[in-house]
Amino acid sequence: MPEIKVTPLGAGQDVGRSCILVSIAGKNVMLDCGMHMGYNDDRRFPDFSYITQNGRLTDFLDCVIISHFHLDHCGALPYFSEMVGYDGPIYMTHPTKAICPILLEDYRKITVDKKGETNFFTSQMIKDCMKKVVAVHLHQTVQVDEELEIKAYYAGHVLGAAMFQIKAGCESVVYTGDYNMTPDRHLGAAWIDKCRPDLLISESTYATTIRDSKRCRERDFLKKVHETVERGGKVLIPVFALGRAQELCILLETFWERMNLKAPIYFSTGLTEKANHYYKLFITWTNQKIRKTFVQRNMFEFKHIKAFDRAFADNPGPMVVFATPGMLHAGQSLQIFRKWAGNEKNMVIMPGYCVQGTVGHKILSGQRKLEMEGRQILEVKMQVEYMSFSAHADAKGIMQLIRQAEPRNVLLVHGEAKKMEFLKQKIEQEFHVNCYMPANGETTTIFTNPSIPVDISLGLLKRETAIGLLPDVKKPKLMHGTLIMKDNSFRLVSPEQALKELGLAEHQLRFTCRVHIQDPRKEHETVLRVYNHLKGVLKDYSVQHLPDGSITVESILIQATAHSEDQGTKVLLVSWTYQDEELGSYLTSLLKKGLPQST
Amino acid sequence: QQQHEDLSAKKLRLTKPSKSAALHVDLCKATSPADALQYLLQFARKPVEVESVEGVVRILLEHYYKENDASVRLKIASLLGLLSKTAGFSPDCIMDDAINTLQNEKSHQVLAQLLDTLLVIGTKLTENPSVRMRLVEVACKHLTDSSHGVRNKCLQLIGCLGPVEKGAAKEVESQAAKDVQKIIGDHFNDQDPRVRTAAIKAMLQLHERGLKLQQAIYSQACKLLADDYEQVRSAAVQLIWVLSQLYPESIVPIPSSNEEIRLVDDAFGKICHMVSDGSWVVRVQAAKLLGSMQQVSSHFLEQTLDKKLMSDLRRKRTAHERAKELYSSGEFSSGRKWGDDAPKEEIDTGAVNLIESGACGAFVHGLEDEMYEVRIAAVEALCMLAQSSPSFAEKCLDFLVDMFNDEIEEVRLQSIHTMRKISNNITLREDQLDTVLAVLEDSSRDIREALHELLCCTNVSTKEGIHLALVELLKNLTKYPTDRESIWKCLKFLGSRHPTLVLPLVPELLSTHPFFDTPEPDMDDPAYIAVLVLIFNAAKSCPTMPALFSDHTFRHYAYLRDSLSHLVPPLRLPGRKLVSSPVSPSITPHEDPSQQFLHQSLERVYNLQHLDPQGIQELLEFTIRDLQRLGELQSELAGMADFTATYLRCQLLLIKALQEKLWNVAAPLYLKQNALASAAAKQILEETYKMEFMYSGVESRQVVIIHHMRLQAKALQLIVTARTTRGVEPLFGMCEKFLQEVDSFQRCFISELPHMQGSFVDKLLDLMPRLVTSKPSEVVKILQTTLRQSTFLHLPLPEQLHKATANIIEPTGESDNPLRFTSGLVVALDVDATLEHVQDPQGTVKVQVLYPDGQAQLIHPKPADFRNPGPGRHRLITQVYLSHTAWTEPCQIEVRLLLAYNSNRSKASAKIPKSTWSESLEALPQSENGIEGTIPFSKPVKVYIMPKPARR
Repeated sequence: MPEIKVTPLGAGQDVGRSCILVSIAGKNVMLDCGMHMGYNDDRRFPDFSYITQNGRLTDFLDCVIISHFHLDHCGALPYFSEMVGYDGPIYMTHPTKAICPILLEDYRKITVDKKGETNFFTSQMIKDCMKKVVAVHLHQTVQVDEELEIKAYYAGHVLGAAMFQIKAGCESVVYTGDYNMTPDRHLGAAWIDKCRPDLLISESTYATTIRDSKRCRERDFLKKVHETVERGGKVLIPVFALGRAQELCILLETFWERMNLKAPIYFSTGLTEKANHYYKLFITWTNQKIRKTFVQRNMFEFKHIKAFDRAFADNPGPMVVFATPGMLHAGQSLQIFRKWAGNEKNMVIMPGYCVQGTVGHKILSGQRKLEMEGRQILEVKMQVEYMSFSAHADAKGIMQLIRQAEPRNVLLVHGEAKKMEFLKQKIEQEFHVNCYMPANGETTTIFTNPSIPVDISLGLLKRETAIGLLPDVKKPKLMHGTLIMKDNSFRLVSPEQALKELGLAEHQLRFTCRVHIQDPRKEHETVLRVYNHLKGVLKDYSVQHLPDGSITVESILIQATAHSEDQGTKVLLVSWTYQDEELGSYLTSLLKKGLPQST
Repeated sequence: QQQHEDLSAKKLRLTKPSKSAALHVDLCKATSPADALQYLLQFARKPVEVESVEGVVRILLEHYYKENDASVRLKIASLLGLLSKTAGFSPDCIMDDAINTLQNEKSHQVLAQLLDTLLVIGTKLTENPSVRMRLVEVACKHLTDSSHGVRNKCLQLIGCLGPVEKGAAKEVESQAAKDVQKIIGDHFNDQDPRVRTAAIKAMLQLHERGLKLQQAIYSQACKLLADDYEQVRSAAVQLIWVLSQLYPESIVPIPSSNEEIRLVDDAFGKICHMVSDGSWVVRVQAAKLLGSMQQVSSHFLEQTLDKKLMSDLRRKRTAHERAKELYSSGEFSSGRKWGDDAPKEEIDTGAVNLIESGACGAFVHGLEDEMYEVRIAAVEALCMLAQSSPSFAEKCLDFLVDMFNDEIEEVRLQSIHTMRKISNNITLREDQLDTVLAVLEDSSRDIREALHELLCCTNVSTKEGIHLALVELLKNLTKYPTDRESIWKCLKFLGSRHPTLVLPLVPELLSTHPFFDTPEPDMDDPAYIAVLVLIFNAAKSCPTMPALFSDHTFRHYAYLRDSLSHLVPPLRLPGRKLVSSPVSPSITPHEDPSQQFLHQSLERVYNLQHLDPQGIQELLEFTIRDLQRLGELQSELAGMADFTATYLRCQLLLIKALQEKLWNVAAPLYLKQNALASAAAKQILEETYKMEFMYSGVESRQVVIIHHMRLQAKALQLIVTARTTRGVEPLFGMCEKFLQEVDSFQRCFISELPHMQGSFVDKLLDLMPRLVTSKPSEVVKILQTTLRQSTFLHLPLPEQLHKATANIIEPTGESDNPLRFTSGLVVALDVDATLEHVQDPQGTVKVQVLYPDGQAQLIHPKPADFRNPGPGRHRLITQVYLSHTAWTEPCQIEVRLLLAYNSNRSKASAKIPKSTWSESLEALPQSENGIEGTIPFSKPVKVYIMPKPARR
């Protein structure tokens, strides 16, 4: 029985370090190659030795697919391809290919330059790694090799995020990566057609959450910012450089535009400008509004948002500043925070989750006095707000995607085990499909029941469908033909053609049956009676009386002889080829019933 | 003479070369199928006269049988269809042939085309049941074809022609056509999605034609909702909707349980489900249809707004619920805290239903959809449902308010309009009002104005709410001073709707103090006026309020009542009486005194027939002045007053012109003075066109009077010309023309003539026989006397009369910076104008640009540039392209709006009864000499432009 095997090396019942191995129809595919944010040792990368202990990975993997540019989905890529060694193709979408190296470089800088780690990948390695990348378009079917093909679908989440369909023969797997089923200010919603894959591998970050409408949050956010600016206060929004930051920028930009506001908005420089550049380029990947209006104005060409300079922080008057990093643990955002914290007119808005121990987490949990380095005590008088903007599908969204794709099996990754359990139960209950949630390193085997395509010659098909009724979708149809299995392909051809192709002579197979009839008359009279009888019954067939005293019904031959012992009994010899089996057996049964009494 | 008759007896019969013959020759010449195809294509480009259609069809059919090439046959088949569409041609003679051709046809494409032709023939012969039966039978026979195209057409044919009446089906004892519904239903699960779609469409077609669909189809249709193809799903949604409207109360079982529900509820649930379909086309369709399912139970309806939130398996309240709670707990506003939205109670994991929840949250999804088309459809549906269910209206309020912040302006606008439509069902909470008011700062004028409209008819629950609204509106006023009028109007309604809520705010708003005199506010401050408008309108139904006013407030009241009378209502103020009019007993008490005044002054004018000319003139002048003043004071009477004033002015001009002493002077001497009379004639003509086309609500009674006045003006013109020109030659033509006009006037207004006794035209018609035979000089004389003797016609006033007005908002004409552009290229100038009481603005409103060199350019705005924000009001937002050769220095151009008219489009000619042939035939030449012209109806705006020479 054919099977699909799935082994998560990361993201199995866990968030982070996404890396899933799939073997399908003899092909091995690696989905994502991410790092784990929580670890700084070997555990931060997936354990590639699982694939092979020694020897190049290229021999064992047919391709690698990266769903989007977040580091927990692509962070281990240079390590994997350059340090462990992989030369095969790596597939990602165009925006991912463009933005990924920026993030990897940033990640490398922080680890090597700031933390001083050695034995880490170098800039050159990132470049080399990116050379192996093959970029794909949405809905473009890419032939990896003769049997394996992949296709990308839009996934929302971040710019260039994609879901991938992997197809080998008739078996297929869909990997969602991270996706978002509700559109936001700059991206659309994930969409997939009814592709009915054998297996759907879905993320499940929000397996147990049904989220509120996005509009309330947006409105709250805008209202807070607007009020503060009107009061003359300054707003600090700590963000990470990519993804949400752009969404918030667009949100504020359009709001400023709509409301004709004049207060300046700044964005701390660095990564972002480069990233914004790519956002400008990949307009086709954004949502309807941006796509439609970019002819007049590209939404990412911010009119109101300008680059931030350190000196601006001391300027009087209201302003809004986006600054990195997002958790207020270091860098520019923290510097600005320290400057502004003392004034109750100001406000800080945390747009995302903050890890314990960071300044962000402390102020969110209500701490008003912070101890900074150098034993300084910083009193926080400014307002602290929390707004969650996150772009994962919630439980309803996941169910919606499953409904759209109609998979035969579902496998959950990228979520917490406890939450997955709930969703798994729900999926099984509502869609009646199997659902799996393997842990890291655990292999799930899924048996598939693939349909096998057979080529049929058009002539045969037409001939066979012409017999009998109209083709009906609901009922299988019986066909006569010869199945030829040759060179890994199946063909259904007519028997004659099969004989010709195979160079075989045709053997005739005839059935002959004797039927005894009580009839005292002469042989030819009996024959005549039989003939008349058959002619009367079988109106649709051509019944002929041949001069040699035999009767033919189509190709069936009937001869009558007198019984050697009993002259009153006539023996009818009925003979037919096996093709006419149906008619032949009908005839014999008809004759066995005897002839009607002649008048 | 003799010869002449002989010639005419021999009639020359000119026959055009027969079309069919030419075609036949062409087709016979064709050596290859490609050639034949070319001929046919050329042939198809030319129209064929009705008489020769049949011949052409015969030729085509002849070739059809001979032709071996399928493509040529296809073209012939399509030509047959095209030809049978020819107006006046009855295709029943070719039907048999067309059906015969079907028999031997092998090519599926040609078959499909032939069926299409039959469909055309069938639709032309719908009133013939036997033809229809026959065609339907043919279609049923071909339903088993293996090509989807053929099956498609068959179904279409059955849908369009299948028997609808039950009786007919029984009468014609045809097996095949007996139950069209069943035949079509069998194709609901055809293997080809296109055929499935066609089957559903055919079913819908039958429904549209009046066949009552069977309920049994419902379950079949439900299965189609899960189809793989979007066209099928989209059509199926429609079918389900149709069925739900046909059988709302039948009971259907819920699968997987023993319960049963009403069909309309079930269908509602199913359609709601489709709002989260994968294809946006289906989503739009579903969302639209939801709005019209008003029979659905409220329990189901309310589910559509409920999406049970949870977080980590614990029930969570939505932000809306939290906002409501916050509000009811008395707290005004608190920032959201970390964990404010912390989930509350645990949820029973078994009870959570993630997907099969039917209507659950359908609108929540629809309003959050990626495509704005879906969102707009959802908002529309919400509007329709809320209009029929007050409790639902209350519930959907939160969602609508949220839509005010949509990223696409159209959606925002739509939701504001929706809110306005349901506003009588709802009362806004303070927090909701807050969100609504935040939108007042929107930079789009459309949005702000829509919001003002909304506020006009909103119910606010608290005095804080009123205060908030006022504060925000004033903020709006300072930010966008152009919104002044709209804001004042909004406050007027806000005040008159909530007098009791305004009352406690009065001291604060007027900043009065019990002990100290506060400085008198500036009377010209628009913000102060806004506050006063609010207060005065509230005071109208709140008699205790004036006690809180300070002295200057009363003075300001008097001033505003006079200057902004449409915004400030009459108040019963202590110490001053309402100016009571000298009541005449004949007038009903409820009639407005100003209206009374209008009628009285008109009465006065009409009664004065025999005053000395000087007296009449003076009286007319005074009355005109009075009327103009009245129009300024009473906006609702402005149209009426203006209209009558214009009419009186015409009369005045006429009288003045006839009063000229110089009428009796010999012609040559008169030459210099004629300026006045001919100018008067010209002006009267212009004024009459204005009267006819610039006012909405003009009835035929008025149109007669207007035309009559025009006739008089024309007579005047004729007289003046006769006096000033030497020689008789040109007068012949003019007289003839004038008499024609009198004649057509008589024809148009024959029914009105009895009312016009003693008038100019009445007398003229009496003299008509004499006029026709007399010489021009005599005609002129007669005209002159009749014109002098004729009485002044009474102008009856219609119920409602509004003058078309236009106001150009943009360009403002205040800019000193010239618009620079390279000469020879174009520059786009944004024009934004409001139009009031313009009927059919798309057809009549034009923009005129006048260049300093006298060159004028007329621009027709696109129909899409007109918006319709309210009844009788239009808004023109368009771009005008300017271009000119280079100038040495910047100069001003003028932009103005024109109202185009065409005298044969007038209300009068529309009323001509076209019962008889002779009349309508005669009406034709008249329409040719209809006068087209334009009336400027907006103040011109100057724009500074500077075309620079192109640089080489």
